[in-house]
Amino acid sequence: MRVNNVNDLKTVAERYNAELKKYEHTIYVCGGGGCISSKCQDTKNFVEAYIKEQGLADKVNVIFTGCMGTCAMGPVVLVEPERIYYVHVTPERAKDIIDRQILKGEVIEEYTFFDVNLNKHIPCIDDIPFFAEQVQIVLNKCGKIPFDSVEAYIAKGGFTAAAKAFTMTQQQIIDEVTASGLRGRGGAGFPTGIKWSAGMKAKGDKKCIVCNADEGDPGAFMDRSAIEGDPFCLIEGMMIGGFAIGANNGYVYCRAEYPVAVERFNKALDIAREWGLLGKNILGSGFDFDIELRIGAGAFVCGEETALMNSIQGERGEPRQKPPFPFESGLFGYPTIINNVETYYNIAEIINRGADWFAQYGVGKSKGTKVFALAGDVINTGIVEVPMGMSLRKLIFEIGGGITDGMKFKAAQMGGPSGGCITEKNLDTSVDYESLTALGAIMGSGGLIVMGENTCMVDTARFFMQFIQDESCGKCTPCRVGTKRMLEILERITQGKGTLEDLDTLEELSYTIKDTAMCGLGQTAPNPVLSTLANFRDEYKAHIVDKTCPAHICSALAHYYIVPEKCKGCTLCARNCPVQCISGKVKEPHVIDQDKCIKCGACMTNCKFGAVIKK
Amino acid sequence: MTDVAKNLSAADRDELLVNYEKLANVIDLYSGKEGCLIQVLHAAQEIFGYLPFEVQKYVADKMGFSVSYVSSVSSFYSFFSTTPKTKHDVRVCLGTACYVRGGKLLIEKLQELLGIGVGEATADNVFSIHVTRCVGACGLAPVVVVDNDVYKQVKPGDIAGILDQYRGE
Repeated sequence: MRVNNVNDLKTVAERYNAELKKYEHTIYVCGGGGCISSKCQDTKNFVEAYIKEQGLADKVNVIFTGCMGTCAMGPVVLVEPERIYYVHVTPERAKDIIDRQILKGEVIEEYTFFDVNLNKHIPCIDDIPFFAEQVQIVLNKCGKIPFDSVEAYIAKGGFTAAAKAFTMTQQQIIDEVTASGLRGRGGAGFPTGIKWSAGMKAKGDKKCIVCNADEGDPGAFMDRSAIEGDPFCLIEGMMIGGFAIGANNGYVYCRAEYPVAVERFNKALDIAREWGLLGKNILGSGFDFDIELRIGAGAFVCGEETALMNSIQGERGEPRQKPPFPFESGLFGYPTIINNVETYYNIAEIINRGADWFAQYGVGKSKGTKVFALAGDVINTGIVEVPMGMSLRKLIFEIGGGITDGMKFKAAQMGGPSGGCITEKNLDTSVDYESLTALGAIMGSGGLIVMGENTCMVDTARFFMQFIQDESCGKCTPCRVGTKRMLEILERITQGKGTLEDLDTLEELSYTIKDTAMCGLGQTAPNPVLSTLANFRDEYKAHIVDKTCPAHICSALAHYYIVPEKCKGCTLCARNCPVQCISGKVKEPHVIDQDKCIKCGACMTNCKFGAVIKK
Repeated sequence: MTDVAKNLSAADRDELLVNYEKLANVIDLYSGKEGCLIQVLHAAQEIFGYLPFEVQKYVADKMGFSVSYVSSVSSFYSFFSTTPKTKHDVRVCLGTACYVRGGKLLIEKLQELLGIGVGEATADNVFSIHVTRCVGACGLAPVVVVDNDVYKQVKPGDIAGILDQYRGE
């Protein structure tokens, strides 16, 4: 099958939608990253086989989709037309759902989504706050169509934006994108229209358009979900971008840690070529365009655009000095425009529905929506898309469902190793580029790690510095040596060997590195330290002056005690202590010798009565 | 290639030759495309399991690079390894979410149970422990990845059971 023009798209869409109408029920099985780890393949295989076995194949359609969003509850299943959302659907549960809901029309409430705050099951997906509060532009097809069907994509209006763009001039497309207010979703928030305009005006016999899918921030998995759930949308977005700037070559640089995304995107590329949606004269426009997928090899710095280009070229992923900027001399020396995955996912909707429609969402200079990967100590972990301007409180407590294990909220870390943390007092801040920057955090690519009271902020700063130290490419001294010195100081503090002067040194080093490092990785590396120093200076001081870790995380500062009232004198702790520092008679409370204790925690792990505590 | 091959049994030597042939095909496939060294190294590691000096030299010769250049690229990226793989790779994710949810404790438990440090292999070459970069399964933190199997929301007490599943194989 080939689609040669807009009419062909219409025919395909009508045919596919007519096909869907034949079924009485549709069972959507989530095939997103989280659900795959929860063995959703087994559920899907079972559902397909059982539907066939029961003679329901004409009545029930089974669709394997991309990520639906609630990643910790997998495998998840949505049953239409009732729109009942089932979680933790094992093959056994799937059988019940088919036997009872599909055949008898009965909703199995105990298998549906459980809202911890309301303390009840919510069967219909549209009533669940996690979904109801979202506005989906980027993810409007992710989790709702089979990820490997170009027909399903076309039936949802796919490639009509490309067809429309081909009837516009390059300048008209760029004007529309500029008017929409779309800004780069990789974190820095550079206006996409201005970038594209520079790309269009750049002179070169060949130009390139690149997608940065090297989602390297630990704790971020939005781009992965988008590519795995709706790969054709990335193709369409890049195609429109390519047309606007005059590039016939697209490159997607995806990290090697995402094998599923690589596999699904490669397959989508093959299908698009087969259908004539990549290659020569796309949709009869006369425009030629193709995309090549290049896979990274495990280097965080390759998320920096100039390092990324070097890596695509097969070289060491070290950043280049700017200028020249990529739009002047980028990939293989050609004028190049690089955008993040999520940025491209907005393009088709902007072209189809117009800049005004897009700009109705968001606040101030931050238009549209932002996808976040909610993770850490939050109840509903997963992928969410919200309009910019929503408060962090709403995002974490209403959509995210609040903090796990009844803990108190301590901080939200945004922007990964380049970002900072937001504390309780700023929870009502609007989520937009300017407000977050003003607080010393950044929008970042969308990783949002929620931290409860048992997180040590000094240890968190040390964690990010360790990450940067491991990932620094070593090309410039401030990053290579400066972050090493910062890490050493942070390690000293977490071991109780820090001094108050260390805090001043940390700050001084931070500002020097910010001013002098060559690329974005180094320039932003001190942010987690500066942010925790600003918000949690007392916690640093507790480590230095009082030699205690308030969150009881830093093991060198922890002390183990046996609560005499709880100790039964079973001797288990004494027998398991590797340094024999626990004494006591049988059936009498035991005592730990604090001078000899090496703080291994073996006593606490082994005690059956919860008598050993750490403080 | 011949230096390595002369100490091998006939069957192993045949396998090695087949592997080099596969690699040659991959390199041919990429010829004409710009900047494919990393993609070729991925394929080479897939075929040989790791990237010993001989393989890097072969790639260099065949693609017209110096060996030092190929090595400078392969050593830059954490995905490429110059040591043979163990039968099972146990990788603990220490991305932010996994770290906050207790990934560090899982490493300590693994080290205790296997008696080896991070980056080391057991004497029987069955297990090795690695710290992995974020695998994007943050919703399921903390995660342990054994070969290609992802274990979610792992507690230190689960580690022994997970390892046992791979011991018999």
